Amino acid sequence: MNFAFELGILVVLLGFIWRYLGAYLVAVYNGRLGFLDFIEKPVLGLLGINKDSEQSWQRYLRSLLVFSAVSIGFTFLLLVFQGYLPLNPQHLKGVTPALAFNTAVSFVTNTDWQNYAGESTMSNFSQMVALTTQNFVSASIGIAVAIALIRGFARDKSPNIGNFWVDMIRGVIYVLLPISIVMTLVLVWQGSPETLLANVNVHDSLNSVNQVIFRGPIASQEAIKEFGTNGGGFFNANSAHPFENPTGFTNFLEILLILAIPVALTYTFGKMVGNLKEGIAILAVMALLFFGTFALALHAEQSGNPAINATGVTSVQGANMVGKESRFGVPNSVLFDVTTTQTSTGAVNSSTDSYTPIGGLSLLAGMVYGEVSPGGAGSGIYTLLLFAILTVFIAGLMVGRTPEYLKKKIQRNEIIWASIGILVMPITVLMLTALTVALPYGRQAILNRGPHALTEILYAFTSQANNNGSAFAGLSTNTAYFNLTGALAMLLGRFGVLIPVIALAGGLAEKEEVPVTAGTFLTATPMFTGLLVGVVLLVGALNFFPVISLGPIAEALSHGKFY
Amino acid sequence: MKKDFNTKGLAGTQRSLDPQILTQAMVESIKKLTPKIQLQNPIMFVVYFGTVVTLVSSVVHPSLFSWLVTVVLGFTVIFANFAEAMAEGRGKAQAASLRKMRNETSARRLGANGIEESIASTDLRTEDLVICEANDVIPSDGEIIEGIASVDESSITGESAPVIREAGGDRSGVTGGTKVLSDRLVIRITASPGNTFMDRMIALVEGANRKKTPNEVALSILLIALTIIFVPVVVSLEYFAHFSNSGIAIVTLVALLVCLIPTTIGALLSAIGIAGMDRMVQKNVLAMSGRSVEAAGDVSTLLLDKTGTITFGNRMASEFIPVEGASVTEVARIARLASLADETPEGRSIVILAKDAFGMRDVNSGLDYEFVPFSATTRMSGVNFQGHELRKGATEAIKKWSRSRGCVIPADLDEIVSKVANAGSTPLTVGDNGTILGVVELKDVVKPGIKERFNELRKMGIRTVMITGDNPLTAAAIADEAGVDAYLAEATPERKLELIKEEQKGGKLVAMTGDGTNDAPALAQADVGVAMNSGTVAAKEAGNMVDLDSSPTKLIEIVEVGKQLLITRGALTTFSIANDLAKYFAIIPALFLVSYPQLRAINIMHLHSPTTAILSAVIFNALIIVALIPLALRGVKFKPASAGVIIRRNVFIFGAGGVIVPFIGIKIIDLILTFTGLY
Repeated sequence: MNFAFELGILVVLLGFIWRYLGAYLVAVYNGRLGFLDFIEKPVLGLLGINKDSEQSWQRYLRSLLVFSAVSIGFTFLLLVFQGYLPLNPQHLKGVTPALAFNTAVSFVTNTDWQNYAGESTMSNFSQMVALTTQNFVSASIGIAVAIALIRGFARDKSPNIGNFWVDMIRGVIYVLLPISIVMTLVLVWQGSPETLLANVNVHDSLNSVNQVIFRGPIASQEAIKEFGTNGGGFFNANSAHPFENPTGFTNFLEILLILAIPVALTYTFGKMVGNLKEGIAILAVMALLFFGTFALALHAEQSGNPAINATGVTSVQGANMVGKESRFGVPNSVLFDVTTTQTSTGAVNSSTDSYTPIGGLSLLAGMVYGEVSPGGAGSGIYTLLLFAILTVFIAGLMVGRTPEYLKKKIQRNEIIWASIGILVMPITVLMLTALTVALPYGRQAILNRGPHALTEILYAFTSQANNNGSAFAGLSTNTAYFNLTGALAMLLGRFGVLIPVIALAGGLAEKEEVPVTAGTFLTATPMFTGLLVGVVLLVGALNFFPVISLGPIAEALSHGKFY
Repeated sequence: MKKDFNTKGLAGTQRSLDPQILTQAMVESIKKLTPKIQLQNPIMFVVYFGTVVTLVSSVVHPSLFSWLVTVVLGFTVIFANFAEAMAEGRGKAQAASLRKMRNETSARRLGANGIEESIASTDLRTEDLVICEANDVIPSDGEIIEGIASVDESSITGESAPVIREAGGDRSGVTGGTKVLSDRLVIRITASPGNTFMDRMIALVEGANRKKTPNEVALSILLIALTIIFVPVVVSLEYFAHFSNSGIAIVTLVALLVCLIPTTIGALLSAIGIAGMDRMVQKNVLAMSGRSVEAAGDVSTLLLDKTGTITFGNRMASEFIPVEGASVTEVARIARLASLADETPEGRSIVILAKDAFGMRDVNSGLDYEFVPFSATTRMSGVNFQGHELRKGATEAIKKWSRSRGCVIPADLDEIVSKVANAGSTPLTVGDNGTILGVVELKDVVKPGIKERFNELRKMGIRTVMITGDNPLTAAAIADEAGVDAYLAEATPERKLELIKEEQKGGKLVAMTGDGTNDAPALAQADVGVAMNSGTVAAKEAGNMVDLDSSPTKLIEIVEVGKQLLITRGALTTFSIANDLAKYFAIIPALFLVSYPQLRAINIMHLHSPTTAILSAVIFNALIIVALIPLALRGVKFKPASAGVIIRRNVFIFGAGGVIVPFIGIKIIDLILTFTGLY
């Protein structure tokens, strides 16, 4: 298939998803739908929640934190004791506490960083009950927080921002479950296994080796893995594995699924704040960052490694095929990996470590922006809105008024929370990366040398602190040190942003709306889109330019030298 | 009191580049080097602390480079102090001259038994009664309870013409430090010592109680956040450098940190705020708080009094309209003659119109006529001249007079009169010995240029509402001519207050001016309430600004100053942040040239050597502060326009400029450093 044509179809389909899924989300979170009441009512009844009750931001946050803490504890216990639990045809032992903690945090924070190989570590029970459950609820929490922030903008002098339990449950049963069920069937049709049976042992008589073929409830986990921007693969090879991603069609479908919610939320945002153009301005920021980064990555990978090209042993027209699936080829691998790194998904279909330095930098860049282009389910838009607040503040001052965004004055409270929400990630990444290169535990885990090794460590912490979960490899990370520092990065990256966002939502909801006049700095404009792109790039560059120049840039400037 | 002081009020006291202020600011910038003062500005404190670190390092491991960095960083701090001292300088100078004037005067207090005693003005308490006669300096702020006098208020307003102050009404307030020129007043003191208008004025111009305004607080937080983030960036870089087999000297790390944190805006932020207040003072407006100056920029509705702001305040003759059978020149001639002795503005305007429109000159001067002044019973005025009774006056009064002389009222008179009235003007009927000749249209003349002014305000998103006591008909006509967005006719203080509350309900900020005691509630309710200095004490207490000129159009200027203040902050912040890009391109390749020579490729400025690169960046960083001091003090140029236009211009100048300027600046400094041959 002509790649440009494929890209065109992708954009058109995303347009439909933006319009209709976006509108559906508005209906879901405004409580206008009732066709699944028969599930929603009993679940809410069990929790003792009235579906019309609302919470202040403090109570919303408390519910969310309690739920997340319980989720981490529950997942941790399931993994540690998986040996005693059913659906374990391989008779796998319990996971070590450090790894179980890292994994529990990883799935609860929607990161899905995996310090293990799924097929040989996790029982079917662990995959389904412990991990897939979190795939659903962590994605739903991300969307809920985004909706809470949008409500903060949309409401006028309101003490409440919605109800966490209602939002979270509606996200699962109205949005995530139905579409995941349909997609599971499509994946099964395309060849993904969906079974609870044990592995198959095959004797390859030609080569005279015994081969183990892992099976399991793969298709169902795959669907929510992409749709909820989770990214934790059933297999270590993740979406490069033919069971997870059997065909070119599923590859396309998975890209579409990953982008669906983050993109659609911009429509939801525009509708809920009463001006669709505001949503389009935000979508345009995401699209510019996404396609700009994609173009850079594609160019780098198509150009290949100058050192290899010089020898004349080029593979596909000089492109860098190292670490890429021949089923997908360079463009579809790059598109998949760029999509997954810019959506906090992290489910790669090719080896990121084998990208050219600039290609790898592009993947890293998607996370360095703060996962906003379009970012994870919910988390993408709420993080980008933090940047929008800073942009409006600086630009808004320049028109000579107290800055306003979506009719809300941007003042002390907003700047405090937006600053914290934006700064937590870079501080976490830089400090943990510095710690790791300084400490012996960190240095021992490094398998490469030079700038490439620095990139690997930087990538690991950037991925975790952005709740992405993709790995650059080249590090032995299943150690107590990496399990714990990684968990810390993931917790800070998730809650260090999410808590300020909810506080911000509460403060905004309480504020009085300011009328829009000719003196107002308008945000549904190309000017604002351009400034916001500039601010995202500038903040990313200011924080990471020094370390990136020692990593990918130094490597790129060494003309194809291997480290 | 010194005679030469203050001929233009506060505005005229000092020029901004007074050499005296300059030297004083230099002294101040050194005095401000104490840690206690530096701690008030967290961004500059980081530079201050960094300087101490490089100083220690230079002493321990002396090198030309580290000493140079230390000196440049030290100057960065001093430049920031200098900017602030310059901004404060003007105010300090003004405060000093005001203090000189507040020399202790003695007061003549009226005791309970009616006996006068002389006490020091500082011993006066509120509710004391004092007597002031010609040439007495009024000892403190108060309210006249008895008498009328002309008062010289030039010490406050700079206006040399004396003003009338009298008991009762809206002109009963007097200010301590002003001088009675004639007559005798009994004043009830309303201010406690140390809290007089003059005291507050001194405190204000000096910036003694300056509090950070809401936007300034929010911006400071953002700048602190931008400072905090660069600490881990720089600290972690040390470890990454080690990992990459190179090391970075502590001096270089500090230099990098100082270059990256927003020192430009950090150094100028407080100067911008002080200068903004000072610009208000230069416009003879005393803002009681910085908050109100900032609110002025946010105002979206202006309530403007018709009289004095939109119109000249006096009705003026605009047309002579004859009744059937009479001629225009006849009406003009009789109206003019009837007005010759009339010294009211209306009367004079009739004479002027007759001269301008018909060339009627004072050929009859010296002729003998008898003036018949206006009285409340006759409601007309005129002259008796060569046996003619020439009269002008209210239509009904003239009709009555005409009938009494046995004349017929022209049939079309009522039609003409109502037509004039419907247009919002006042008809003045003219007659000769009882014969009604026609009507003079007296119009409330809208000031030239005011419509354009309102258009500009509209572009800025500001609605204008005209307030007038006129009837709705007249109000509508003037509102239409002046181009205001809305009007409030037959306004009373209550309706004014209601209107403000109504506007504020939609989240709008409202500004208004007022002078009377009955304006006080509205002034207090308005977000920006400008009280006229000529107004009552109650009005001045209720508002948050006092206009010393008592000029009704001042409100528009106040809004512009408020906007300019915010724009200046935003523009310099943008500039400061955008500068970082170039500094990275200068410093990063320089830092790692040894371990990764290939990074030379990012040295796009082709700086001479790592040492000159780092030095150029820090020197640029220090010099840009000095270069921007004039802009910070003067404020970014503000032209009324829509937000879209303003933002495009400022993003281009300060955003794009902020990216490009340091590339050029650093390169030039590098060339100079190379040329000196030090490196």
